[in-house]
Amino acid sequence: MSDATLVTGTLAAATPLIFAATGELMTERSGVINLGIEGMMLIGAVAAFATASNGWATPVALGAAIGAAMLAALTFAFLSLTLGANQYAAGLGLGIFGSGLSAFIGHDFGGSSLSPIAPWLFGLDPLVFLALIMAMGAAWFLDRTKAGLVLRAVGESPRAAHEIGYAVIPIRYAATLFGGGMAGLGGAYLALVYTPVWVEDMTAGRGTIALALVVFSAWRPLRLVLGAWLFGGVTLSGLFAQGLGIAMPSELISSLPYLATILVLALSRVFGRAWLNAPSSLGQNFHREG
Amino acid sequence: MRRLVLEPRPAPAPFWQIGAPLLALGLTVSTLGLLLLLLGRPPLATLLIFFVTPLSSLYGLSECLMRAVPLILIALGFAVALRVNVWNVGGEGMFTLGAIAASLPALAFGDSHPFWLIPVMMLAGIAGGMAWAAIPAFLKTRADVNEILVTLMLNYVAALLLSFLVTGPLRDPAGFNYPQSAGFDDSALLAPLATGLRLNGSILIALAAVPLTGLLLDRSLLGFRLRVAGTAPAAARYAGLHTGRLVWIGFMISGGAAGLAGMLEVAGPLGQLSQVISPGYGFTAIIVAFIGRMRPLGIVLAALLLALLSLGGESAQMSLGLPTSVTRIFQGILLFSLLGADRLIAFRLRWSRK
Repeated sequence: MSDATLVTGTLAAATPLIFAATGELMTERSGVINLGIEGMMLIGAVAAFATASNGWATPVALGAAIGAAMLAALTFAFLSLTLGANQYAAGLGLGIFGSGLSAFIGHDFGGSSLSPIAPWLFGLDPLVFLALIMAMGAAWFLDRTKAGLVLRAVGESPRAAHEIGYAVIPIRYAATLFGGGMAGLGGAYLALVYTPVWVEDMTAGRGTIALALVVFSAWRPLRLVLGAWLFGGVTLSGLFAQGLGIAMPSELISSLPYLATILVLALSRVFGRAWLNAPSSLGQNFHREG
Repeated sequence: MRRLVLEPRPAPAPFWQIGAPLLALGLTVSTLGLLLLLLGRPPLATLLIFFVTPLSSLYGLSECLMRAVPLILIALGFAVALRVNVWNVGGEGMFTLGAIAASLPALAFGDSHPFWLIPVMMLAGIAGGMAWAAIPAFLKTRADVNEILVTLMLNYVAALLLSFLVTGPLRDPAGFNYPQSAGFDDSALLAPLATGLRLNGSILIALAAVPLTGLLLDRSLLGFRLRVAGTAPAAARYAGLHTGRLVWIGFMISGGAAGLAGMLEVAGPLGQLSQVISPGYGFTAIIVAFIGRMRPLGIVLAALLLALLSLGGESAQMSLGLPTSVTRIFQGILLFSLLGADRLIAFRLRWSRK
């Protein structure tokens, strides 16, 4: 493995994480935590794979992935935002549902493959750049626009945002659907580019790593990109080390993203809450008649 | 404009405590029927294969009970922890650690067939689950860290740890490099209740845990304290309760129960460690706890239902060629329907003009 492939490999491995985690970051900034990222990614993956293997062009497959994953997010949003069900439970349900649905639909694709997307620039496909643009766009939106300020206000203090006259629930719906669409794109990247072969549960924990990344980045999109490169690079450098004959159990390397996130959560005590920067109303439902 | 609004009821509707899970089950079964219709399969005949065929033989019944055991134990633990407002979604990881810890004495001492092996394995399994639960417990009580994220992450770490052990230190030297441990000696295995069945005494342990949990939750001072610390932590501290200690107890009971479930699985139907030892029991158990209303008896019924659903998925695969993933779809729909139907306890849904 040359240095160049290590770099492009890291960028590619980070791409599905950046898509899914940027989406979840925006959802969480509105005060909603959706634990079903894995399920939405898998639904996006199977939608993209099914569309592409029926001969449709890549943009259509991406559109199908976004649409399907947004529908899944809509189910979650209806349950937790309209009906006021517990967000954690609804998200776990979405995770189980999505993995089942994608395996069910993908049953007939088992092992079939797609022709991979051709590299575009520096040996990378356009989606790698799209992921970076989305993350930078999210950073700009949150820090530089009024709409971003409103979104953050809804996440920090939905009661106050409501009193000023902002529509808390519709804003949370929008953020949740955005998160769904982005998770769908992340899944589509796996199915169309990263491993263009259908494998059941092909996300292999990436939805949970995306969830971890949001915490790891302290809810900031640009740090999230750095974190995704770190997690992606660490995984690849593990393979690299094994190639050089350095004994290092691959399981230890695979568990680093989870352990690093737990460590960050633990350190938030040492450095204080503000350092972690979690939205104050995260996971709490909002009722107009509070 | 007409819009759908949730209107708080003046008082919770007791009818929907029982009605909600039944409504959810009805919705799930109708969705299943609808999906089968869309796939061009006869809905009623398939539903029979799903829900009746597995129960029509003694073997099917025993399999259903056997699968219910880990679900009952993990869900009871989840419900106890939730009393003190601890969301332990790490049942899967604690189950795995219990299985690993119980395997160590089984592999070390199995050859000399000691009579004390099974009890020691049980204690090891409980300790393994508790040790895994101690991580989020420590972080929550010391640093106020959200236990949901930590327990969720630790599930993946536990799966990786198991994979490392069965491909490395615990791999059977005579096992042709298969990623699994040596098979346990008979002295480390729970004997089946009857020949030809896989069901063993673990069902008695699970059933004994039901009244014990009931006593703990409703009839004991500890249960009362857990509830106070869970619903009103400030009041609990004012009353002199050690809330941190109660949070620890919630974690230890749920971790120990899941660890015991892991021990019973590895000393029962599995008989050895391998890379995959659970079809997602830890996650299914959360659904079980919700469907069972966090009540011990309800949890038993819900565990039997979900065990039946997973068996039904397998019988539908064998006789109809349906992929078994259909089971996960219905677990998801069942939880969705329940979470939706649950709101009918405290709210009513109405169209309002505005």
